[in-house]
This record gives sequence, structure tokens and C-alpha cells, in this order.
Amino acid sequence: MAEIFQYEFMNRAIIASVLVGATAPAFGVFFVLRRLSLIADTLSHVALAGVAIALLTKTFAPVIALFATTAAAVSIEELRMRRLLPGDAALAVFLYGALAVAVVLISIADGFNSTLFSYLFGSVLTVTQTDLWWMATLAAVIVLFMLMFGSELAQITFDPDLARVNGVRVHLLNLGLAVLTGATITVSMRVVGVLLVGALIVIPVLISLRITSGLNRTVITSSVIGVVVAVVGMVIAYYADIAPGGSVVLTAISLLVVAEMGAVVLRMSRRNSRCSVLNDHAHAHESHAHGADGDGDQDLHSHR
Amino acid sequence: MPILEQVNPVSDSDLTNIQKTSSINDTKSHNIASHSGVSLRPDQVPIRFDETWFSYNSEPVVKDINFSITPGEFAAILGPNGSGKTTLMKLALGLLKPESGQVLLFGEPAESFTDWYRVGYVPQRTQATESRFPASVREIVNFGSYSGFRPFGFLDRGRSTRVDEAMEMAGIEQLADHRVSDLSVGQQQRMLIARSLVRRPDLLVMDEPVAGVDAAGEEQFHSMVRRLNRDLGITIVMVSHDIGAVIQEATTCACINRDIVFHGPVHQLDAQALSGLYGFPVDVLMHDPEHTHR
Repeated sequence: MAEIFQYEFMNRAIIASVLVGATAPAFGVFFVLRRLSLIADTLSHVALAGVAIALLTKTFAPVIALFATTAAAVSIEELRMRRLLPGDAALAVFLYGALAVAVVLISIADGFNSTLFSYLFGSVLTVTQTDLWWMATLAAVIVLFMLMFGSELAQITFDPDLARVNGVRVHLLNLGLAVLTGATITVSMRVVGVLLVGALIVIPVLISLRITSGLNRTVITSSVIGVVVAVVGMVIAYYADIAPGGSVVLTAISLLVVAEMGAVVLRMSRRNSRCSVLNDHAHAHESHAHGADGDGDQDLHSHR
Repeated sequence: MPILEQVNPVSDSDLTNIQKTSSINDTKSHNIASHSGVSLRPDQVPIRFDETWFSYNSEPVVKDINFSITPGEFAAILGPNGSGKTTLMKLALGLLKPESGQVLLFGEPAESFTDWYRVGYVPQRTQATESRFPASVREIVNFGSYSGFRPFGFLDRGRSTRVDEAMEMAGIEQLADHRVSDLSVGQQQRMLIARSLVRRPDLLVMDEPVAGVDAAGEEQFHSMVRRLNRDLGITIVMVSHDIGAVIQEATTCACINRDIVFHGPVHQLDAQALSGLYGFPVDVLMHDPEHTHR
């Protein structure tokens, strides 16, 4: 196990996984509960288009991707709030539009396909010290945002109209949430890749919803699960020599399957114990009904 | 209970004045005046619709509505499906902007209103209660104590006695740690009322709060709302399609079918107004006039 930490690049990869694993699912809670899970996928495709533009224009890819996701996040939110397009339709338009832009740009300029692939599927092993500082700064901003606006975000997630009548500035906070999600996706794509970043935002939340209750606890548990699956997935990827992005997401899905199966087993065992209590009760009644030819003391005991 | 001390009680004589004047308050003057000389400043009038119009896709659903809800009223908003009742409430709460005219909430245009601590809102359904929302009842009720953005509010972990009191008043204290999605429809409505009561509002707006609640739950609900109105002096506006229940509980009534068909004390609501509202003959049977008009 110690061998994995002997390499500098692996240490950086693990730190990056912890940062991304902790921050990405924290946003996911608010999107999953509002049935807007697709927003992560949409913004990640927008980030891909941003990367394609950057590679074509030979500019710094993360910055262009960040601009692209921010612009898309704001536009989607405006379209949704002004009811110009239904929420899911706005997401679909941006998802396919961004993918089309990326495909067109790739066809225009051959030769950067290998770089693009590293963004598509993640390239956590190439994370630099500078990348880590950016990730840590963003993580700090996100934690601060969550702490400062946690109550407001929870209220909006519960019901936006109720939140507005409570005095919450719903539109502004939705914009803030969307922009920070775009930023998180831009950073996370180094770890799991554009195609899988949505999974890291959504799947830990689904596991958390299965094993805990309480809104604050769900956010914290999602982040903890995010860190666990990111690190475990990374370690598995190292030893099995497989793609880290895929390994992280498959680890998360395996944990989800275990959690769901655990919930089913728990439900069945509860049902069985309820049935046995009912059977005991019915049996006690039966004994009571036949009490005349049996032991009266026993009947009384069974009812106690 | 401390919560009782916070609300300005409305005396019986005030209520009578309010009832007498509710139908003549549809004036364009700034002050709402009564026959007996009781004059209410605009900021004392919970809701005022002033030539309010609203359309969805150029189809008017609210047409030239003019009336006021005065303090201490228990106003029922009646009307058939699609009559614009919910739209009217959304206009009153600033969730929609009138196409023309204005809606004043305590004297301020509803869309720029800021004193939200004075207003409680209980919607027909919330989007979250229909899903596996992970919050506990206490967490949701605690939303009611929100008093604006506080950057370091997360450091304050004190347990609010107001939240406990509100849950007790709504009769859901034993459900405090239950998950929201595990509650029945009636319990969810009580939770939303508790959430509104935490902020000790002057006005409580409810949109078909008993839709989907069984008969026993409905009776419990109405008696609770009656207490809020009579004992705490909270102005109640309740959208309903249940004429029977409303006639028993409300003091005033506005019948809406896109425009206003009737507005006045409940005892003046007659078969003609209701027939005009629903478009077919309706008989009104008053079993107990003493009880129906408080």
C-alpha cells in the first residue's frame, strides 16, 4: 500500500481526488432533489466545447472551459427563471448544442485528439502543483458558499416559491449555484473526465439519500462518500492499471448497488419481523378463543 | 404562550367594523375607511388589489380585480377550477407581476415587498414533499425562522423555542424528527402551517390547504386555523373550492371567476352570487346563522 505514495504524481492525484470528491457531490444534493441532475452533464459537455475552443485557439483550456460553463449556467438559469423554455428542455438544448460545437471544432482542427481525450476521460496523473492550488482555492470558495448560503439553498430546494415568500433571493442564489457548479465541473474534469463528471456529482448523493436523513447530514454524507469513492477508485486504478475516471465512477456505482441491496434486505427483514409479530398476535387470539378447553393463564400471558 | 403576546389582538368591535366595511373598501383612495370612522393606513391593510389584470399567453385569467383584505379578516377566496384563484394569490405574494394595475401588500407593491416576516404562506403542495426529500420536519419548520441573509448564521446552532412552539400549535411536535416524505398530506399541511407560524405573521395565505386531506383531518385543520384567526388575530386568506367549510369558518368571502363575482361578509353570500360563480343554480342552506357569521 505504501508503494502508491512513493510517487509524487500519485500523491497529487489522491489530493485532487479528495478535493473533487468532497466538493462535487455537495452541489449534487441540491440538483438531485430538484430533479435537475442533468445540469451536471450539460455543463460538462459545455466544458468540453470550451476545451475544444481552447485547443483550437491555443489558449489555456481550463480558463476557456470556465468561461463557457459560467456563460451556459447563467443562460440556462435565465431561460428557466423567465420560463422561456422548460427546465429540462433548456438543459437538452445546451447539452446537444455544446456537443455539436465540440464535434465541429474537432473536425475543423485535426491533431489535438489525444489532448481532447485526456479531458474526455480524465488525466488525474498529470495534475500539477498549480492545478492543486486552483482546486484547493475553489474547494475553499465552495465550502464557504455552502456554509453561508446553506439555509437559503435548502429552502429553494424545498420549494422556490416558499423560499421567495420567506425573503430568499432565489434568482441570485440559483445563479451563484449554477456558476459554482460550472467551476466545479471544470476542475473535476481533470480527475474523472468530462464524460463521467456528472456521475461524481449525482451518485454519491443517491447513496447518501439511501443511508441518511436530514438535509445537512445528507450534504455532509454525500461529500464523505464522494471522497471515499474517489480515493478508493484511484487506488484500484493504480493497482489494476485501469483508467482512473472509470474506476472512480464504477466504485461509486458498486457502493450504490450495495446500499440499494442493503435497503431491500432491511425492508424485507422488517416486513418479516412485522409479519411474525402479527402471527404471534393472531396465534394468541386463537389460543384465547380456545381458552375454554386450554390453559387460561397462558392465554392471559400471550396477551400481555 | 409567548407567541400570543406578539400578535396585536383585534377587538370584536374592530372586527365588526372590518366586516361591515369590507365590501365598501374597493375604493381608489389611499386609506381604507370604515363607516364608523376607523381609518386604516395603507401599511395596515394586508392585501389590496387595485384594478389588477393578469394573463397567461394573452388569455386573461385575472380581470380588473378590486378589493382589500383588512386586518383580522378570515377571508375565503372561492371559485371553480381555472377561475384564477391561485394566480390571484401568487399576485398577492409577488410571485407573479400584474400586467396592469397593482397589488399592495401592507401598502407596498407586492413584487418589491421586503417585510416578509409579516407574511406566512401555505401552498397547496410543495415540489419537495412529493419526492424523497431528506429533511426532517424540524428542519422544514425551522425555515420559518429565516430572517434574511446572515453570513455567519451557520455558527448559530441554538435550538429555537419558537420552532417548538409553532410545532406545538400545529399539533406536530411528536413528528419533529420524522422525515418529510413519510408524512401524510394532512401532516404535511400542518408542518407548512407550523413553518409559517414560527415567524409570527400578521397575514397567513393558504392555497387549498385541505385538498387531499380526509374529512377528520379537514375538521382538525379548520379548527386550528379558526384558533389562529380568533385567538392570535392573524389575518387569514384561504383559497378553497369547499363552499360548505368556508361558510362555516370565514368572516368574509371573495368569489372569483376571473373577475370578481362577489365580495363581502359571508352571511351576505347568497344563491345568486354562487350561481353566478359556478354557472349553474346553487342553493345555500344556512344551518346556524349565529355560527356562520362571526
